[in-house]
Amino acid sequence: MTRHHGMTAPATTGRVLMSGNEAVARGAWEAGVTVASSYPGTPATEILEAFARYPDVYAEWAPNEKVAFEVAMGASLAGTRSLVSMKHVGLNVAADPLMTGSYIGVRGGFLIAVSDDVGMGSSQNAQDTRYFARFAKVPLFEPSDSQEAKAFVGEALRLSEEMDTPVIMRLTTRISHVKGLVALGERPAPPFLGFSKDPAKYVILPAHARKKHPKVLQRMTDLAQMANASPLNAIEWGDREIGIIASGPAYVYAREAFPDASFLKLGFSFPLAGGLIREFASGVKCLYIVEELEGLVEADVLAMGIPVHSVGRLPRTGELTPQRVRAALDGAGPPIAETPPPPPDLDMLPFPRPPTLCAGCPHMGVFYTLGKMKDLIIAGDIGCYTLGVGSPWNATHTCVCMGASLGNALGMEKAYRMASKEQKVVALIGDSTFLHSGMTGLLDIVYNGGNVTVFILDNRAVGMTGGQDHPGTGVTLQEEKSKAVDFVALCKALGVEHVQLVDPYRLPDVYKAVKEALAHRGPSVIVTNRPCVLIEEFHRTQPYEVLDALCNGCGACLKTGCPAIQVIRREVVRLPNGRDKELSYVTIDPTGCNGCDLCVQTCGPKAIVPVGASAPPPGSVEPQN
Amino acid sequence: MDIGGRTLNVLLAGIGGQGVLTASQLLTEAAVQGGHDVKKSEVHGMAQRGGVVTSHVRIGRKVYSPIISSGEVDLLVAFEEAEALRWRPEVRPGGTLIVNCLRVAPPIVNLGHFKYPDDPLESLRSFNGSLLPVEASALAIQAGSPRLAGTILVGAAAAVLPLSVEHWEAAIRTRFATREVTDQNLKAFHQGREYAISLNVTRKEGS
Ligand SMILES: Cc1ncc(C[n+]2csc(CCOP(=O)(O)OP(=O)(O)O)c2C)c(N)n1
Ligand code: SF4
Ligand code: SF4
Repeated sequence: MTRHHGMTAPATTGRVLMSGNEAVARGAWEAGVTVASSYPGTPATEILEAFARYPDVYAEWAPNEKVAFEVAMGASLAGTRSLVSMKHVGLNVAADPLMTGSYIGVRGGFLIAVSDDVGMGSSQNAQDTRYFARFAKVPLFEPSDSQEAKAFVGEALRLSEEMDTPVIMRLTTRISHVKGLVALGERPAPPFLGFSKDPAKYVILPAHARKKHPKVLQRMTDLAQMANASPLNAIEWGDREIGIIASGPAYVYAREAFPDASFLKLGFSFPLAGGLIREFASGVKCLYIVEELEGLVEADVLAMGIPVHSVGRLPRTGELTPQRVRAALDGAGPPIAETPPPPPDLDMLPFPRPPTLCAGCPHMGVFYTLGKMKDLIIAGDIGCYTLGVGSPWNATHTCVCMGASLGNALGMEKAYRMASKEQKVVALIGDSTFLHSGMTGLLDIVYNGGNVTVFILDNRAVGMTGGQDHPGTGVTLQEEKSKAVDFVALCKALGVEHVQLVDPYRLPDVYKAVKEALAHRGPSVIVTNRPCVLIEEFHRTQPYEVLDALCNGCGACLKTGCPAIQVIRREVVRLPNGRDKELSYVTIDPTGCNGCDLCVQTCGPKAIVPVGASAPPPGSVEPQN
Repeated sequence: MDIGGRTLNVLLAGIGGQGVLTASQLLTEAAVQGGHDVKKSEVHGMAQRGGVVTSHVRIGRKVYSPIISSGEVDLLVAFEEAEALRWRPEVRPGGTLIVNCLRVAPPIVNLGHFKYPDDPLESLRSFNGSLLPVEASALAIQAGSPRLAGTILVGAAAAVLPLSVEHWEAAIRTRFATREVTDQNLKAFHQGREYAISLNVTRKEGS
């Protein structure tokens, strides 16, 4: 079953266009990685999707990044080369095994590929993964384009084995999602060593950890020496008036902003190549350090006692561009010919166009219902359903990180109860997010008697990241049939007594289920059962149209939030009570409508009918599964 | 437009689901077929759900930055009229603007929180460069699939860009899996290209 659209089979030879993510996958394959695990997350998702398409590899979606890390680490300990990939916030989830994995080291090379969403295009924060390399004391590689992304994977795995350490590769959106030309290579027979029972190395008792700690520090010293000699770190002498130290995408921006300057490009950027930095700094008049997000190299170079002319100048939020780099450094050293004007903010022009739910998204019916219940507090979570925060529903009141809705809801409910106040609290969580880190939160609600109603929005997909499979879908990343989680049985097993399964396209059913659940004292769960429209399991049914003669302009259907419904004209009428009311007459985009039937149920005059039918339908469509 | 020693900057902008990334893939592939270095940046994730999607394509001898600096776009291909308004400030004076004659109001406009501009094309007429409105969506529906609009726009872009037809055709053949879809897209491409040529704005040199 092919559920991912628009992907092409991997090419075999020559130079091909590849995104940074595809290049990491290719590099891993060429370097003999045989086991790889991940949990989807923009901008890293396509690394594993691409890797899974190569022959002779095992690639999986894990329920979350911590498990993914542990799987890849296990494969390394068994003596094979392995890869784990994730978005930046995924490493927070996997931080526990990372911190100790650094002490334990590896057997087969172990690469941790992390992509930072620097501009927060799809993320809740913009943390800089380079801190994690420093925190965990592991080496860090930063490619600047797809070709380097591929090449650095092999280098990182070799270093991992030589120095007995996991290696982090930091990508960013503009590496992961930029396509460039990549020269392809072959895959030699992958190495396999097998496990070797060595408790002093693999069983991290306190006594063993205490012995390891100084070794980790020594490893840092040795790695710094290697960084000085690494071909990944290179000085490119140009005009010696300005010397720029840069890594990752910051290098290409700086290179374009200052084409004639001298550069020290850091590909193996931590531990810092101190010797090389001294040599470079002494060869140039003005030293600039160009980094995206935090000024980490800047702080380290300053600590070495080397003057840096760019201190405090680079923006510490958002992505860089050549223009931003030039503007930031104007006045730091030799004058810059023309200073570009600050770019206009285009987000609001002529109106903002924030992301929307898809037409026919099964989440709409839940938001429509909850949006009308104004006295609820709704703790939300991360996924497409976070969009419930917006108009017209306003049906999400918190969102922190994956899985937080359940704990947040319980804490709120307890706080109200301690203040002797009655407050209905609802948690909204997607199926993948629930399996990622929601189960333990639900367990807490059950264990500690929370009076919370939980919606598990089961759309059989990781919708937000493009409709990937997960343990609730019954299909693996390599498209094999598997066991699908039974959410109702799972919640009951966790101890929830009040569990209902509901069709989110049937508004009366959703309403009834919510009312019942809220009336129940103690934990209650409502599981929805319609697939995300992006996946094959979704069957588009006949689209609907609006009979203009019947539409009375009430705008009730607009409250579904479906983007396929468009207003064609507005009219202001005077009501009998003297007030003005704006009427919105609508049409439905026939190519957008997925035929979910939701808006039909909101239309009083029955103006919404299947395309081609001149009269209202006898009833709404049957569920299709 | 000429590539020569400089880098050519093309910005494609539209709405999630309109095929912006497929169109930019065709352009990128055609540039590769033409022997150029190229970088193409994409937007994935949340914005793809009905939000604004842009793709920067840079073509030259050696391309470093994957992002076009503000105000340095040579050619903007806008898949929707309001998006043309949004991204117009990124185009350099004398640049070219290809606009799909299509208006798509997001839910926040339909709900009355914001107003859709009365006539985006009219306000684009003051644009300092070549403006090329293309009825790509309407033509695509006539041709049998609204999905072909992107390829029609690519065809229009081909009339302006210094890449040969044979490389564009090769790019289209590489991109689409089945014979039928490939043929449909080749047809759509030529339709867009001929339409643009008929408007007589081909290879206009900017300032
Ligand atoms: C730790 C972490 N990993 C990954 C992500 C990226 N991400 C955001 S939401 C989401 C899951 C959405 O799936 P689901 O809960 O099923 O909701 P849907 O989008 O299908 O409605 C993922 C993987 C993240 N934000 N945080
Ligand atoms: S991708 Fe799926 S879950 Fe997300 S908005 Fe679309 S239909 Fe809903
Ligand atoms: S039936 Fe109505 S709500 Fe459902 S997709 Fe079509 S227009 Fe949208």
